[in-house]
Amino acid sequence: MKVDKTLDCVGMYCPIPVAKTTIELEDMKPGEILEVLADDPAAKKDFVSWCKTTKNELLDYKEENGVFKFYIKKSE
Amino acid sequence: MKDKMTIIFFSGTMDKAIAALILATTAASMGMEVSIFFTFWGLNFLKKKRSYKKKIFMQKMLEFMSAKDKNSLPLTQMNMFGLGRWMMKKLMKKKKVASIDELFLLAKQFKVKLFACSTSCSVMGIERENMIDEVNDIVGAATFLSEAKDAKINLFI
Repeated sequence: MKVDKTLDCVGMYCPIPVAKTTIELEDMKPGEILEVLADDPAAKKDFVSWCKTTKNELLDYKEENGVFKFYIKKSE
Repeated sequence: MKDKMTIIFFSGTMDKAIAALILATTAASMGMEVSIFFTFWGLNFLKKKRSYKKKIFMQKMLEFMSAKDKNSLPLTQMNMFGLGRWMMKKLMKKKKVASIDELFLLAKQFKVKLFACSTSCSVMGIERENMIDEVNDIVGAATFLSEAKDAKINLFI
């Protein structure tokens, strides 16, 4: 997957990861992919809900050594 | 039309202010239009500093006993003359949880609207010039209710 930008939110708690993601996506073009790294255990469910509400697409997520990686495609 | 959320911030304590700001910034990041109405003790959040100008005696006493700005709000429980608040701030910093200032900056960045209640302003003698510049307006209950009527989420904190 081609990632256009990466946002590191490791060590940050709700609501900072989603807030930073919002700010980051504002500067991106529709269709571009943002990778977000987060280790807040709530982040997984939060990003699923956040993407559902904002209509940005959560393409994929994985977990590596306690760090979640989310791949979010900016909506049109 | 965008979804709306309105919050009445009544309590004027630090922990509840953090709860209100977390919900406000998250809702705004989810594309909602957010307004916070500050009333009664909640007005202390909007103050620039302690001011006794143009206040009558009882208002001066009230001012003396109230928090001077958003960074000196007490905790709802276990404040212990500020010791509890100090410990909570330290704990939050250690755990890298966002502070009131950081959350407030985010809220402004997301264009969260801030309104002060006109009736409580006059009871407490708080004037516009002693409120932080970010306050959008001083309004009454009718203005709040006309906003709240269209909001899907209304919270009283």
